[in-house]
Amino acid sequence: MKDDVLKLGTVTFTNRLFTGTGKFAANSLIPKMLAASNSQMITVALRRIDTTAQSENILDSIPKNVTLLPNTSGARTAEQAVRIARIAREAGCGDFIKIEVITDMKYLMPDNWETLKATEILAKEGFIVLPYILPDLPLAKRLESAGAVAVMPLGAPIGTNRGLETRPLLELLIENCTIPVVVDAGIGRPSQAAAAMEMGADAVLVNTAIATARDPIAMGRAFDQAVRAGRTAYLAELAEESNLARASSPLTGFLD
Amino acid sequence: MSFFQIVEQYRGFDFQQFFDQVTDEAVERSLAREKPGAIDFLTLLSPRAATYLEPMAHKAHQLTVQYFGRTIQLFIPLYISNHCANQCAYCGFNHENAIIRRKLTLEEIEAEACAIARTGMQHVLFLTGEAQHLTPMEYLVAAAQCLKRHFASVAIEVYPLEVAEYRRLQRAGVDGMTLFQETYNQEVYKRVHRAGRKMDYHWRLNAPERAAQGGMRVVNLGPLLGLAEPRSEIFFTGLHARYLDNKYLETEVAVSLPRFNEAEGDFQPDYLVDDKTFVQFMTALRIFLPRAGLTISTRENAAFRDRILPLGATRYSAGSSTGVGGYADNQVEQTPQFEITDDRSVDEVAAAIVAHGYQPVYKDWDQIA
Repeated sequence: MKDDVLKLGTVTFTNRLFTGTGKFAANSLIPKMLAASNSQMITVALRRIDTTAQSENILDSIPKNVTLLPNTSGARTAEQAVRIARIAREAGCGDFIKIEVITDMKYLMPDNWETLKATEILAKEGFIVLPYILPDLPLAKRLESAGAVAVMPLGAPIGTNRGLETRPLLELLIENCTIPVVVDAGIGRPSQAAAAMEMGADAVLVNTAIATARDPIAMGRAFDQAVRAGRTAYLAELAEESNLARASSPLTGFLD
Repeated sequence: MSFFQIVEQYRGFDFQQFFDQVTDEAVERSLAREKPGAIDFLTLLSPRAATYLEPMAHKAHQLTVQYFGRTIQLFIPLYISNHCANQCAYCGFNHENAIIRRKLTLEEIEAEACAIARTGMQHVLFLTGEAQHLTPMEYLVAAAQCLKRHFASVAIEVYPLEVAEYRRLQRAGVDGMTLFQETYNQEVYKRVHRAGRKMDYHWRLNAPERAAQGGMRVVNLGPLLGLAEPRSEIFFTGLHARYLDNKYLETEVAVSLPRFNEAEGDFQPDYLVDDKTFVQFMTALRIFLPRAGLTISTRENAAFRDRILPLGATRYSAGSSTGVGGYADNQVEQTPQFEITDDRSVDEVAAAIVAHGYQPVYKDWDQIA
């Protein structure tokens, strides 16, 4: 399976676990987690980046061979997301941008409408845009035409560790999108990451479950293994499930 | 609909009788509830629930790590004026107190900002007493603009404002607002607020809502524990936070739980909240409001602040001076608004946070104009 790669914009990924920088007890854990998880893409909120920092700057914790996925956390409107993206690019964070527009601080649900508007603008400006969305097929198709390189639907509300609660909606996206589907948010266990990959997700993004584990480094490794297992299973094509038991000595065997 | 209608729903409610009837089973049920309601919250605030402090602490810890990670957001307060027209029986800035009154000039604010910025702090909260004629909107706006040039996040703790005024400050770069109701008990409120506009319970009660309407990103509430029966005070604080949380989805609600601390004027509080009860309040608030910010100030001493790190706290002030200015020129004799008991420097607080397995976060915001 050497050729099983994921292409996003100009970058080719051989690992399908994306990670995040939030919630770690110390930034020094981040490079160790990245090494253990083999993750090649990590998201960081621009609001957390302090280029004038006297102490540590979060970007210093990310090795150069890992692709930076700055996100627009904190943006309440498309306009703000666009500005944050431009600042991120100017700050040397590259062309990737995860659009996160959240107007609801209670459940932290993405605002699909504002996210689409920001995607339309940023894709035209040459950004490699990955919008974080509620799994909605018509929206995903519009994002596709607007130039998004992938969609990032949530599996469950962010930080909840509740897994693939939006499963039937994710399945529609996976079946019908021509751009990659990266399941983001809600994945609390490696088994849930494996399940997302088995379904045919192209990648998953996991932050809380790794960062808040007692041992984030070991948990990063566990997620890597789970994502690989799920991907392999997907490519190997799972046997169909059935609700009916299939006895090895069928009841109607005498009719054959 | 304002929060006052919710306060009124509990008029005549006998908190003592409710607490007397709480059983262990009720506490266990409330603790197990996935989405605790108001009655669950009150149950967890009951004296009976004190015997469940350990499981409450575990749940609070787990929820906090889940939603906030192992991080503590740091901020620093800057008092720019101690002029005050109010007579609050408990406060060092009480109009009646013969203290040196001072208001920083913009040049002095600039100097304080430079001194604070050198500590690495990126989130600043600026405060005034309540003397609108001496610290008018123009002054607040100018102070905000000055501070915004030095800090990623600027918040206010000033007298209650109109929606349009909050909006104006928000446009000047302010993204957070802190205001304590002091007490939700209307009788006690009337007794301890003897003069000034602060006598108006409603004007103050609705200010956090006006701040949300004015576009403040973070609205931080709190009672001053000690003025009235503390369990009911925390109960109303939690309900107030949830009310705002439900109504203003764009606003992040945070809660402080300052407990009485010796200030000028020798005020003796009617109630004292001991450490154990304080922790019960903190953990109950976290369970009731899993995503709310929980701010712990330097009113709490260093050892206690270090111990309660994992129990639900999300924001710590550090390196604080509660006299006017105090960072650029610390030679001036100052009367503080309240006594600080954690007098460690920013670096020392940050090092203690690290030592307890948490990450001190200096910057977690950027205002994009």
